[in-house]
Amino acid sequence: MEDQILTIRNLNAYFGDFHAVKNVNMTVYKNTITAIMGPSGCGKTTLIRCINRLHELTEGAYTTGEIYLKNNNILSMNPIIIRRQIGMVFQKPNPFPTMSIYDNVIAGYKINGIKMDKTEMDTIVENALKKAALWDEVKDKLKQKGAFLSGGQQQRLCIARAIAMKPEIILLDEPTSALDPKSTLKIEELLEELKKDITILIVTHNIAQAARISDYTAFMYLGELIEYDKSDKMFTNPSNPKTNEYLKGCFG
Amino acid sequence: MNEYISSKKRERIDKIFKFSIYIITFTILIPLFLIFGFIITNGIKNISIEFLIKNPVPVGETGGGILNALIGTFILIILSSVLAIPFGITAGIYLSENSNKKYAQYISTFVDVFQGIPSIVLGIIAYVWIVLPVKKFSALSGAVALSIMMLPTIIKATEETLKMIPYSLKEAAYSLGVPYHRTILKVILPAAFSGILSGTLVSIGRISGETAPLLFTAFGSNLLEWNIFKPMNSLPLLIFNYAKSPYPEWHELAWSASLVLITIVFLFNLLASIGEKKWKIKF
Ligand SMILES: Nc1ncnc2c1ncn2[C@@H]1O[C@H](COP(=O)(O)OP(=O)(O)OP(=O)(O)O)[C@@H](O)[C@H]1O
Ligand SMILES: [Mg+2]
Repeated sequence: MEDQILTIRNLNAYFGDFHAVKNVNMTVYKNTITAIMGPSGCGKTTLIRCINRLHELTEGAYTTGEIYLKNNNILSMNPIIIRRQIGMVFQKPNPFPTMSIYDNVIAGYKINGIKMDKTEMDTIVENALKKAALWDEVKDKLKQKGAFLSGGQQQRLCIARAIAMKPEIILLDEPTSALDPKSTLKIEELLEELKKDITILIVTHNIAQAARISDYTAFMYLGELIEYDKSDKMFTNPSNPKTNEYLKGCFG
Repeated sequence: MNEYISSKKRERIDKIFKFSIYIITFTILIPLFLIFGFIITNGIKNISIEFLIKNPVPVGETGGGILNALIGTFILIILSSVLAIPFGITAGIYLSENSNKKYAQYISTFVDVFQGIPSIVLGIIAYVWIVLPVKKFSALSGAVALSIMMLPTIIKATEETLKMIPYSLKEAAYSLGVPYHRTILKVILPAAFSGILSGTLVSIGRISGETAPLLFTAFGSNLLEWNIFKPMNSLPLLIFNYAKSPYPEWHELAWSASLVLITIVFLFNLLASIGEKKWKIKF
């Protein structure tokens, strides 16, 4: 059995009176890919935004329960520290439009005012871009603006930006839903490579994608975690009839 | 056949419509061109290097220029920018960051209304608040009046530009563990640079032609003055004083000074639109 890295206990998330995530319990294992799926509006995005404390930034939003990163309760730590250990990639690529490709990758250090010498920065940028499978395409134009890249390249740039911070975990919210099949494949491949270093949580609407790349899969429905298991088991022999229905495409 | 006729007819209506738009636009532009032409033909005679680098001379003497007014105008512009830009941008950030709050919406409306206050009123306010207590006219008091005039434009430009920036950009910074103040300073403001810059330049263009706020504050002077605590001349003041004088040769100088002033205002507006295009970021 793999090491546990993230333990979610009795997690509830609210938008004001609206109860969006209901009493979720799950354990995420180190160096695995965990897919979160479920019909639209079931709380997938909200769940992962609790993990890096972005959820509470929405006005009126709050959470109860516990999320342990190793032994520390994320919900009682300083969110700034947590967000440097848990990266995030959003559905729509959002590189910093004023910055070059190079500066985008190193942004987490630069904007935070973390000083280091040029060679150290170069190494971080090169490694992150290589891991994000973008290095070969951009190595000659690192000084150009990141906003000029294609959608798929921009998304890989955002992945590079997240992994440059050397996080323990990265959260990806439907990272390929705005991309063409080729770019999607590329990102799937790089994620499988990436999990050797980083634990990956990915929200996806794409059942085939979840089946292709994930080790574990969580199925959510109306804010509840209906089923959570090894992907092999989930996709061949789900225990909950709702999961079965969803996989057969009956709703969602 | 019927359809053919009706489409012919529609084309004709379109043509008449477009033609009327041209005619109307052109008609209202005529007076503008006349004014420009008038200023240029009247002003160009006396324009020379001398005119720009010499101070005014007393009536009766020939020659003399507008150097003191030119320098005064630039000092006033710099001074009021230094006063207005930091406050204007800060207030703009505040308004866009709190745009869902009632009191921010009230302030935003108030700023709109403020834009309509006649500039002479701002001059009187600076007179009452600064000139009267220290019993001295000064460039500084003029700059205060001008900077109050600049504020609404800068605040609005900042607010509107920041509101256009998608929340996803902020989230990108947050997700890297960037604190709020750094997110605003290092990510959001740079992305809004072009809009804020052009708003600021437009507001500078606006105040550089203002006479009324300076009448009881900077007051004017015949000397070249660098001290901001003393009365100072400016182009609009010089034009005002020369134009209302009884001397024809001063009237001529007023035309030339107007031409210089218009050129300066034009340059600021040109810079504003160049800057806006050059650094504009599309989302
Ligand atoms: N800012 C908000 N304020 C109020 N309710 C919200 C807000 N954001 C989301 N919700 C609600 O919370 C619930 C969960 O939303 P969430 O975005 O987590 O769903 P999701 O599973 O990610 O859906 P999708 O697959 O469409 O992205 C939805 O019912 C949604 O309407
Ligand atoms: Mg979502």
